[in-house]
Amino acid sequence: MSPATLQSLRPDLAIIQDWIQPDSQVLDLGCGEGVLLRYLSEHKNVRGYGLEINPDKITACIANGVNVIEQDLNDGLVNYKDSSIDTVVMTQAIQAVQRPDQLLEEMLRVGDEAIVTFPNFGFWRTRLYLALKGRMPMSETLPHAWYDTPNIHLCTMTDFEELCASKNIRILNKTVVDDNHQEHWAIRLWPALLGEVAIYHLTRRA
Amino acid sequence: MPEVIPDDSVGLVTPQTFHSDTPLTLRSGRVLPQYDLVYETYGQLNPQRSNAVLICHALSGDQHAAGYNSMEDKKPGWWDNAIGPGKPIDTNRFFVVALNNLGGCSGSTGPISINPETGKQYGPDFPIVAVRDWVNSQAVLADHLGIAKWAAVVGGSLGGMQVLRWSIQFPQRIANAVVVASAPKLSAQNIAFNEVARQAIAKDPDFHDGNYLDHNTIPKTGLMQARMLGHLTYLSEDAMRQKFGRDLREGKLNYSFAPEFQVESYLHYQGEKFSTRFDANTYMLMTKALDYFDPAADYGHDLVKCLSNALCNFLVVSFTTDWRFSPGRSEEIVNALMEADKNVSYACIESDGGHDAFLLDNPRYHQVLRAYMNRIANQLEANA
Repeated sequence: MSPATLQSLRPDLAIIQDWIQPDSQVLDLGCGEGVLLRYLSEHKNVRGYGLEINPDKITACIANGVNVIEQDLNDGLVNYKDSSIDTVVMTQAIQAVQRPDQLLEEMLRVGDEAIVTFPNFGFWRTRLYLALKGRMPMSETLPHAWYDTPNIHLCTMTDFEELCASKNIRILNKTVVDDNHQEHWAIRLWPALLGEVAIYHLTRRA
Repeated sequence: MPEVIPDDSVGLVTPQTFHSDTPLTLRSGRVLPQYDLVYETYGQLNPQRSNAVLICHALSGDQHAAGYNSMEDKKPGWWDNAIGPGKPIDTNRFFVVALNNLGGCSGSTGPISINPETGKQYGPDFPIVAVRDWVNSQAVLADHLGIAKWAAVVGGSLGGMQVLRWSIQFPQRIANAVVVASAPKLSAQNIAFNEVARQAIAKDPDFHDGNYLDHNTIPKTGLMQARMLGHLTYLSEDAMRQKFGRDLREGKLNYSFAPEFQVESYLHYQGEKFSTRFDANTYMLMTKALDYFDPAADYGHDLVKCLSNALCNFLVVSFTTDWRFSPGRSEEIVNALMEADKNVSYACIESDGGHDAFLLDNPRYHQVLRAYMNRIANQLEANA
């Protein structure tokens, strides 16, 4: 893998990297091949660990020199102490765990801040797909059929914000990217409708 | 016997002997005034002397990790599937050193060596050596070979304990630590297994309190029992079921106490083979070294504090069906390393091989090992 550049990052990762402090420590839940961690290490002197369960992705992380720990997110983060990490990141994985609500609590127990991205089920195309076709929506972001999808807990941005409110989680920042994974003025006006991927920066701090 | 040596073998290798006249003070306080270390090397040391990899052996291993010592050898070295040209520990890129540890019975100074002070074999008088003593002696060997810093120190099981010890004892001399199927210390259950094995040996009438060589005998029955017990704890229940099931040697029950099930014959065969090649006093010593290993004890039993001394990167690997050194034991190491803010990666490999899996050719295990070692080699070659 060639050195990570900002342009080469997936758009949600490019936005996230800006929310992470230089010289801080990051835990990346479902880190894939370690692209974000590698970028943060090379450009912001961020130290961290990625958690992953896919064997090929774990090997890729090791080949990329990214610290990767084989760990199932459904088992929680019991091996990490309270407030031991600056930022806990989870990109496009919260919808695939058994209990997103519990994992969100775990993220903010271990981390001072959390960053979560997920496919917004309230995206206009998803709404239209269900309304017009009467079938579970499928798209590039949601490529699976209802019966074999790993995305067992899809939600809209409104759903997610309600969950945060019920747990006294403060939203520091939120943004969305559209189906081309771009940010522009229109989706800033109607993010819950026009955003395909939702990105949240969260904390429990007052 | 290999008819032809395979292309991915290190080929024919000759063990070498390093003799040290500098006394080595052991953890027990006793001193070895002089000693030999027998070792093999594979591959070439680069001009920067930066590509050396140390292989640490486990309970019954030795210096013969890869290749063949002669064309008459039935089998290659004990980790030949991982060490060789193009293999995960690639001898085209690394200079690999494997030695027989002190107290061993394959040529390094141990119970079957002559004690220079008495002119007789040490036998049971050979001092009990600890993991740190091995690491100290390995450092002396590294000095002899002109290796200031290992690119990696690699080991499984008891070998992994030596790797952990290297990381905290000589932090400046190790760049990468590969700890496979190991533990930060043995559990009570593990110590108990070792004690049953030792008792089997000690209670053999031919043991003579360890002086069996003076009686021109060996405690064969005891060693066999010890190995049979050890061996079955290295296998998983699934692996034994698949390999033997309840198959009978003669296809029918004979209503006798002779071995009737295939699994019994297998254990007898393994025990028999081992009892003729391995020294009983060495077995006693090696199991003691396992029991004593507990590096955190020097740091108020705080493993995080202990591993904070390390400067190297770590790769930790465990196997799903290993119940002798279970994944949870490896995860203790991993969690402590993360808490100590060290670079660490961890893979838990799906395998039905039990503890023995660390010696087997499991594709995912070797992919992980290869990815880690290749990255080290890439960096070395970029800096060359």
